[in-house]
Amino acid sequence: MPRTGVFVCWCGSNIGGVVDCPGLAAEAARLPGVVISVDEKYMCSAPGQNKIIEAVREHRLNRVVVASCSPRLHEETFRKVLARAGLNPYLVEMANIREHCTWVHGPEPERARVKALSLIRRAAAKANRLQPLSGSRIPVTRRCLVIGGGIAGLQAALDVADAGHEVVLVEREPTLGGNMAKLDKTFPTLDCSACINTPKMVSAASHPNIRLYTWAEVESLTGYIGNFEAAIRQKARYVDHEKCTGCGICWEKCPTRVPSEFDAGMGDRKAIYIPFPQAVPNKPVIDREHCRYFKTGKCRICQKLCPTGAVDYEQEEETAVEKVGAVVAATGFSLFDWAGAYGEYGYGKYPDVITGLQFERLVNAAGPTGGKVRRPSDGAVPQTVVFVKCVGSRDEAKGRAYCSRICCMYTAKHALQVLEKVPGARVFVFYMDVRTAGKGYEEFYQRAVREGAVYVRGRVSKIYRDGGRLVVKGADTLLGRPVEVDADLVVLATAVEPAAGAAAVVRLLGVNADQDGFFQEAHPKLRPVETHTGGVFLAGACQAPRDIPDTVAQAGGAAAKVAGLLSRPELVTSPMVSSVNEALCSGCLLCVPVCPYRALEAGVITERINHHPARERVVVKVNTGLCQGCGACNAACRSGAVEVRGFTNEQILAELEALCL
Amino acid sequence: MLNLSRAAADGAHFVEEVEKRSGQRLTHCYQCGKCTAGCPLAFSMDLMPHQVIRLVQLGLREEALDNKAVWLCSTCATCSTRCPKNVDLAALMDALRIMARREGRTRKGASTALFNRIFLDSVRRHGRAHELGIGLQHNLRSGKPFKDSDLARGLLVRGRLKFRPSRIKGAAEVARIFAEVKRMEDGQ
Repeated sequence: MPRTGVFVCWCGSNIGGVVDCPGLAAEAARLPGVVISVDEKYMCSAPGQNKIIEAVREHRLNRVVVASCSPRLHEETFRKVLARAGLNPYLVEMANIREHCTWVHGPEPERARVKALSLIRRAAAKANRLQPLSGSRIPVTRRCLVIGGGIAGLQAALDVADAGHEVVLVEREPTLGGNMAKLDKTFPTLDCSACINTPKMVSAASHPNIRLYTWAEVESLTGYIGNFEAAIRQKARYVDHEKCTGCGICWEKCPTRVPSEFDAGMGDRKAIYIPFPQAVPNKPVIDREHCRYFKTGKCRICQKLCPTGAVDYEQEEETAVEKVGAVVAATGFSLFDWAGAYGEYGYGKYPDVITGLQFERLVNAAGPTGGKVRRPSDGAVPQTVVFVKCVGSRDEAKGRAYCSRICCMYTAKHALQVLEKVPGARVFVFYMDVRTAGKGYEEFYQRAVREGAVYVRGRVSKIYRDGGRLVVKGADTLLGRPVEVDADLVVLATAVEPAAGAAAVVRLLGVNADQDGFFQEAHPKLRPVETHTGGVFLAGACQAPRDIPDTVAQAGGAAAKVAGLLSRPELVTSPMVSSVNEALCSGCLLCVPVCPYRALEAGVITERINHHPARERVVVKVNTGLCQGCGACNAACRSGAVEVRGFTNEQILAELEALCL
Repeated sequence: MLNLSRAAADGAHFVEEVEKRSGQRLTHCYQCGKCTAGCPLAFSMDLMPHQVIRLVQLGLREEALDNKAVWLCSTCATCSTRCPKNVDLAALMDALRIMARREGRTRKGASTALFNRIFLDSVRRHGRAHELGIGLQHNLRSGKPFKDSDLARGLLVRGRLKFRPSRIKGAAEVARIFAEVKRMEDGQ
């Protein structure tokens, strides 16, 4: 028999100032199953909590209803109170008479009172049907998988490794470094990107707790928080890195030149290559698609010249399996492919209209021009450079609605670099707004203006060629006039978008993506580095456009979360997850595809019914490590076999009855 | 069509000159518009104050000098006091007026330019302004002999307008100031 106690909280004047709490308590005392009902100024305070504990003991209560605020705020508090009183903590039910009642119905106290009473009636009806629940314990594999070896992944991997846990770092490119390795200087301090990035690459590669996979991709991820299993496909490098010393003879002598991905097409690389001189590992791979040997069966120059015999055309890809307890997605970003979308900027057919990343390679001392600003068409030093911001960003028709966040600052940096490297150069920046929210950012932008960059507020409508020059047509909306600029070089600040292939990683991790394809965080403010899938965390620009300082901070946050998870030998899962009544389950498995967490799968049970011979039957099984208790399976189940514990059909129907009848 | 690269090339010298004369760094202005928002005379201007400084930033000499706005500016300095970037726009306007007058671009502010000239001339000669003389001269030279004459009678009756210029002690010193300014200007 349920013996329920109802505890009505005043919450000072939040509730008590609108409705008569003692009156509510008196009425609640008449509800079925209720043996005591009292009110208190602050139920969450120490006296309030003690009042519950004393009442439980005195009246031998076995169910508790707290009518106060949102369960989001204090359900956990009152569960602990029940535990202290010697009851199962899941035998408490909250009636939210603050957010759902007095806060919104303040001007109508009488109707608020009626509603509060309904809410208490509902809670009491459910409380009478609550069952004691307990979570299960699952072991934790104390290792972490980090997907992506850019600055986000490097930072997360180093932080987790420094915390004493093993890390498996997977990078799909032949080198660590990501986009940051391609940058020249970094705003707002103008320190060289390589100088601060390459030491991290080297530390990650040499860290005793980090196991590094480059030129590799995560193929699949199974399991659940604390117990994942990742299959990692090591792509064939055609170079045995055990034997290779990285001497460089092979790529020096390779006869095939290919546009370099690392240089964003501004320079060339060979078919056997390292992406850039400080690459980690500093050993080459063969680009099978362009290699003369793989195309024609002839050449073998690299193999013949290799002093250690490391080139191996027969090498095949391999798959490794790694067990981990946590995953950090740090897949980074790509840039919006503007050429297909912006016909008015020339569809990419003018060689002197380039992207910001291409400009980075042009000004980089290790880049194809040795750091000299030379325009791609004829190698001339551009005297007038135009920067166009928001190409794809904040342009719903062409690209995306969001702000890419980094462009204002890197454009200011580019403007400064042109003014510094090309004496007498003129720089025009077309912008819609200048967004410089960051420490020292506005000052940096103002410095670019002071040095002579002319900022023109307005979007560029068209870029066309007139003789040897590019004409950029825009508007100065501050003057309210159309303007044009004769430019030698135009640099487009193209939108940041999720890295190519991010969608596949989203699927493989079983997390969600937002409308723009970025990884969805669990809560935009309070759980920014977590996902809705337990044990999967986010770092860097895979979650939203983000600059280096923010990326490093977020990666550190993700690493702290991982370290927190891995510091425990086992986890207690929430008991409020799905459970299957196998007697009712018909094995239709309609629930399996609706589960967003892939927590359900078919299983087989053996049963005997009424002296018939034992037989096997398919029913659905719940993986309580994966289940997040969302209830989608419950709604999909036709036979009422799948229920979420703590929210059973019986409980919910009792609540509806108490509310509506 | 306004060509910004050409304007920047042609106007580089102009920008330098305005900066030198006004003592203001033009790049300091980020075009927030607070000057225009607070200007008590903006309602009567052909260009808004922030647009004047924008034109100078872009090196557009002709438009920046040849407009009504620079002449309508009364140098009340509301803009200068309130500017978040400490640009003294009133000083800038002064510089633009000087440059406009030297280049003979006073067409759009003819009446103001004429008044300024007569006023300064009066001060130079008498050591202080002689209001009646200024009013009469201005009316005659601007071709509106009876402008504000209805006010003059009342002022004369109450002794607020004097027929003769009053003498001050330091008239000679004031005259020397004018001579010194002229010397400096000629020396430039």
